[in-house]
Amino acid sequence: MLSLYGRQLSSRLLLGTAQYPSPAVLADAVRASKTEVVTVSLRREMAGGQTGGQFWSLIEQLGVAVLPNTAGCHSVKEAVTTAHMARELLDTNWIKLEVIGNHDTLQPDVFGLVEAARILSGDGFAVFPYTTDDLVVAERLLEAGCQVLMPWCAPIGSAKGPLNIDALRTLRGHFADVPLVVDAGLGRPSHAAAVMELGFDAVLLNTAVAKAGDPVAMASAFGKAVEAGHEAFLAGMLEPRDMAVPSTPVIGKAVFS
Amino acid sequence: MKLTVNGKAQDVAATTLAALLAELEYEGRWLATAHNGELVRAAERGECRLAEGDRIEILSPMQGG
Repeated sequence: MLSLYGRQLSSRLLLGTAQYPSPAVLADAVRASKTEVVTVSLRREMAGGQTGGQFWSLIEQLGVAVLPNTAGCHSVKEAVTTAHMARELLDTNWIKLEVIGNHDTLQPDVFGLVEAARILSGDGFAVFPYTTDDLVVAERLLEAGCQVLMPWCAPIGSAKGPLNIDALRTLRGHFADVPLVVDAGLGRPSHAAAVMELGFDAVLLNTAVAKAGDPVAMASAFGKAVEAGHEAFLAGMLEPRDMAVPSTPVIGKAVFS
Repeated sequence: MKLTVNGKAQDVAATTLAALLAELEYEGRWLATAHNGELVRAAERGECRLAEGDRIEILSPMQGG
């Protein structure tokens, strides 16, 4: 069973809550995906406190764990303050830490990320850092106190799927005992299955489900792909071979001439 | 007193953060507040004194990825 900061989870899919056509579709997609963890953000409340309250009552009805994020923060200070506000409001020490370094690629500022991770770990947070697939940055994040790593596989919302399989393999190989969650860049269920087959512990996605033609059906499809990929990893896959190898036995074949 | 609330200039009578929320008709438990970039817990809003030019953020949980 997957364990993230001591919490046991039977689903290996973490789902974002943004960009769905309606709150009802979001709720149905969460149920169809069988996820047990959803991400939320903190944003400026413009309606006297009612918008957030309505959204929050919907999330509470779903009975899932909540992973608040620091999405859109471009500095250590912003990310740290947002994390503290999220902890006060949502009564969880979990934080998906994003410190964005580039507007176009939404690439993490890994220097700021490590600094913010160190501060927040020291403040008692369970930090889920959204990072690149860089090995040395991953090491620094673990030194900073992170017990989970969330490397991207492609830019957020790009739907490109894993762009650098070798880097993901390297991370998995180096950090055998650290929960690794691929966060960002997954476009279709086969992408999710592919990273799970590499031995990743879980995936976090949002846009690929929320912007699908039928988000509820896509949530279900991703849930199955994640499970299939994980089961395949555990089962041990056949490595590719250069030559054909007959699957039907050669011995006992009839000779007609 | 002139403040910046959620990025918008506001002229208010309130002198504490708790009074500001009431004046601007914010209510409910799903609000998180920051004063000049620092978290102010719900229980501490009554003692949080405001000064000219302060920056206030009032946030709530929303959709996110």
